[in-house]
Amino acid sequence: MSFARPRLFPVLISLLAGSTSLAGPAMAEGEVNIYSYRQPFLIQPMLDRFTAETGVRTNVVFTDQGLVERLKAEGANSPADVVLTVDISRLNELVTAKVVRPVSSPVIEANIPAATRDPQGRWFGLTTRARAIFAAKDRVPAGAVTSYADLADPRWKGRVCSRPGDHVYNIGLISAMIAHDGVDKTKAWLEGVKANLAQKPGGSDRSQVKAIKEGLCDLALVNTYYLGAMLADPDQKAWAESATMLFPDLSGHGTHVNVSGMAMTASAPNRDNALKLMEFLSGDEAQRLYAEANSEFPVKPDVARSPLVASWGTFTADPIALTEVASRAGEALKLVNEVDFNEGPGS
Amino acid sequence: MIRLRSVASPWTLGSALIASIVAVAPLSVLVLALTPEGEAIWGHLASTVLPGYLINTALLLLGVGLGTLVIGTGCAWLVTLYRFPGRRLFEWALLLPLAVPAFILGFTYTELLDYAGPVQATLRALAGWSSPRDYWFPEVRSLGGAILLMSLVLYPYVYLLARAAFLEQSLCTLEVSRTLGCTPLAAFFRVALPLARPSLVVGVALALMEALNDYGTVKLFNVHTLTSGLYNVWLIMGNRQGAAQIACVLLTFVVALIIAERLARAKRAYHGAGGRSRPIEGRPLNGLAGGAALIACALPVVLGFGVPAAVLLRNTLVRLPEAIDGPLLGYARASLTLSTLAAAIALALGLFLAYAGRLDPSPLTRWLGRLSGLGYALPGTVLAIGLLVPFGAFDNALDGWMRAHFGLSTGLLLSGSLFALVFAYVVRFLALSFGAAESGLARVRPSLDSAARSLGCRPAQVLARVHLPLIKGSLLTAALLVFVDSMKELPASLLLRPFNVETLATHVFQFASSEQIERAAPGALAIVVTGLIPVIVLSRAIAQARSWRGTPGETPSQ
Repeated sequence: MSFARPRLFPVLISLLAGSTSLAGPAMAEGEVNIYSYRQPFLIQPMLDRFTAETGVRTNVVFTDQGLVERLKAEGANSPADVVLTVDISRLNELVTAKVVRPVSSPVIEANIPAATRDPQGRWFGLTTRARAIFAAKDRVPAGAVTSYADLADPRWKGRVCSRPGDHVYNIGLISAMIAHDGVDKTKAWLEGVKANLAQKPGGSDRSQVKAIKEGLCDLALVNTYYLGAMLADPDQKAWAESATMLFPDLSGHGTHVNVSGMAMTASAPNRDNALKLMEFLSGDEAQRLYAEANSEFPVKPDVARSPLVASWGTFTADPIALTEVASRAGEALKLVNEVDFNEGPGS
Repeated sequence: MIRLRSVASPWTLGSALIASIVAVAPLSVLVLALTPEGEAIWGHLASTVLPGYLINTALLLLGVGLGTLVIGTGCAWLVTLYRFPGRRLFEWALLLPLAVPAFILGFTYTELLDYAGPVQATLRALAGWSSPRDYWFPEVRSLGGAILLMSLVLYPYVYLLARAAFLEQSLCTLEVSRTLGCTPLAAFFRVALPLARPSLVVGVALALMEALNDYGTVKLFNVHTLTSGLYNVWLIMGNRQGAAQIACVLLTFVVALIIAERLARAKRAYHGAGGRSRPIEGRPLNGLAGGAALIACALPVVLGFGVPAAVLLRNTLVRLPEAIDGPLLGYARASLTLSTLAAAIALALGLFLAYAGRLDPSPLTRWLGRLSGLGYALPGTVLAIGLLVPFGAFDNALDGWMRAHFGLSTGLLLSGSLFALVFAYVVRFLALSFGAAESGLARVRPSLDSAARSLGCRPAQVLARVHLPLIKGSLLTAALLVFVDSMKELPASLLLRPFNVETLATHVFQFASSEQIERAAPGALAIVVTGLIPVIVLSRAIAQARSWRGTPGETPSQ
C-alpha cells in the first residue's frame, strides 16, 4: 500500500544498541569513578599518571552544578567513588548532605596538613589558591594597594574590576571577611568596592586581567593560578604581563585562601581503588603535577612550588578554618544581593 | 459500555499516561518547593534582587518576543511570496542560526565587540582614541545585547512555523483579497497574518520559553534573571526549597504564555480555506525592492550564523592538528545518537498527544497536552534534578526488592543510564513536537476527518492516510527542532550523563566556561556542522512535502 509504515523500528533498535555501547563499563574491576566539579582538562594529567602507575582506570563525569543532588538521588547505588571540587563550599555541602564517608589513611594524614582537611576525614584539600589582587603595572604605584580594604578606597573610583559578586570565589572571600569583621563592616566594604567598579561585574577571572591590559580598569580580584594559565597561553600572555599580582591582607589575618579538594562518597563501590586514588592525589607525584601543570599551591608541605609559582613570592595565608568560611556562604550571598553588587557602579 | 469507550478512548488514556510520565519532573520540583527545608528566603529576595530579576526577565521576554516575531515572520513572508535574488538560498539558509547554541553565539560576539576585540580596536586606531572614556560604544554585555543575540538564534522557531503556515495557506485566499482591493501589505496584515496566527503564537511561545530558561547567555551578558537567581539560591545558599519556589514562579510565566496563546486562538477556526491550492510562485521583486528583500534576509543569516561560524572556523584552524586528532568524532556520534533518539520519541509522543486532542477536543485532553509540555519551561539543571529524584527512588526501591527476593542487583536502572538523558531531552522538548503537530493539525479541515471516517477508516487510519501526508511538513519541522535542540542542550546533559559519555556540548563547555575560545572552537564548530546536516536535509524535505500541491493525482483526499 502507498502508506507503508515507516521503517522506524529497525532504526531505533540499532540506535539503542549503539547507545548502550556508549555507556561503557563503569563498574568493572580495576576502576575508580569520579564525579568532578573541576574541568577535565585540569585533572586529566594526574589521572593519567595514576592509571599509568596503578593500572586502575579512571572514569569521570564533569559538571559545574548539581552533583550533590545527583549523589543524594542515586543513594546507596551510586556508582561514584570520589568527588573532586573547586572550593570549600562544595566540600561542605557534600558533608551536610551526608553523601560522603570518613576516610582514615595514615598516608593521606601524613601528606595533608590538618588545617586543610576535615578532622573526621570527610574531605581533604588538595591544592590551595589565594584570592589575589592584580594591579596595572604602569598605573598603580608599588605599595599603593596592600589589602582587600584598599579596593573600597574612593581613590580607586572607576578603576576596579571584578567578576560577579555571587561567583564562588568572591563568595569565599566575602564569607571569610564576614567571619573576621562581621556583617556590617563587610557590607560597607562591598558597597565601597561597588562604588569603585569600572563596569558592571561580569566574565571570568581572566576577563578581569584582560580589562587591565585594555585600560578599562587598574585593579582586579583574580585567583593566583590564572597567572600561570594566562602566561602559558600565547593569546593571553600579554594580559598577564600587563599586571602585577599582589597578595592582599584581610584585616591583619593574611591573604584569603581557598582549596580544591576531594572526598569519598558514602556509596563508593570501588573503595580500595578510591583510597588508592586519594592517596595518590595527596602524594609527591600528583602534588608536583598540580603545582607544575595548574600553577596551584600543593598542600603537601615538602612538595616545592613550581619555579614560576615560587617566583611570585611568599605570603601569609589567612589561617581561618575553611568550614567556618563555608558556613557563611549564605550570608555572603545575601550581602551581595542587598548591595545589588552585580548591577555595577551607579545603580 | 459504549459510553465508557467514548469517555476513555485509548487515545485519551494514552495521553493521560504520557502526560503523567512526562509531568514527573515538574511535579517533583513542585513537591520540593512545598517541602520545608532550610530558611525561608522569600522575604530577603523580595526586598533585594527579586524585583530586578522580574523586570529583567519580563524585558528579556518582551524584546526576544518582538525580535523573533519581526525577523521570523518577515523573512518567511518574503521568501514565500516573493521572488528576489537569493531567495532559493535563503529558504533554507534562514534556518542556519538554529544550529548555533546561544552561549556560543554569545561568546563569539563578546570576543568581537568587547573593548579589546578587533572591532573596537580598529575604531580606536582609525579615530585615534586611546581609552574607553574617549568614545561611546554600545555595551555587548547588556540586556539589549542579550535580546539581540537571543533573537538571532531563536527567530528560526518563528520562521519555520510561519513559513509552514504561509505555504499551507491557499494562494487563492490571498488572490481573492487582492481582487477585493487589498495592497500586498494589507493582504499580509489582514489575511495572511491572522490565518497564520496559531503558528506564529506557537513559534514565539517556543522562542520565549527558550529565552526563559537560558542560563549561559544571560550569565555571560551579566543580565540577572529569575533563572540566574534560581541557581544562586540553590547552589550558594544550598536552599533547594527556595530554588524550587523560584522555579514555580518561572512556571507561572509559562502558564501565562500558554493561556495567552489559548485566548488568542479562542473560538477561531484556522483551517485551510481552500481545498485546492497551487504552489506559490512568488511575485517578482526587482531593483531596489529586490535588493532590500535580499538584505533583509541576509542580515539574520550573516549575523546569526556567518559571523560566529567564521570566528569559530578561524579559531579551529589555529589548532587544526588538535582538532583532527581529538576524540571529537566520538562526541559527535554520541550527540547524533542521543538527539536522533530524542527526536524520534518526541515526534511520536507529540503527534499522539496532538491527535488525541483532535479526536476528543475536551478541556481534559487539551490540558493533558499542555501538561506534557511543562518540561520545556524548566531550567535544564532543575529538570534534571526533577528527574533524578523520582528515578533514583524508583531505582533504589526496585534494587532493594530484587535483592530481597531474587538476590539480584538491578542497580541504577533508570537514573544511571542513557535512558535518563534521552528521557530528559524528550521531556524538555516534547512541547516543540506537540506544538508543531497541533498547529499543523489545526490547519486541516475537520470535514476531511469526517469524510475519511464515513468511508470506514478508523482514527489511526485517518491519521496515517489523511493527516500524516498533509502535515508532513509540520512534523519534519518538529523533528528538526527537537534534534537540533537536543544537540545543543547543555545543563541536563552535564548532570545526567553516565561515566565517559561526552556530547559535543558538554565537551565545549569545559573550555568555553574558562574563556578558552581556541580550545572550545573545534567542538563548537562540530555542533554547528552536525546541526547543519538535519537543517539542510529537513528543509529540503519540507519543501518537497508540499510538492503534491497542484498535482491533483496525489492529493490524498481523492
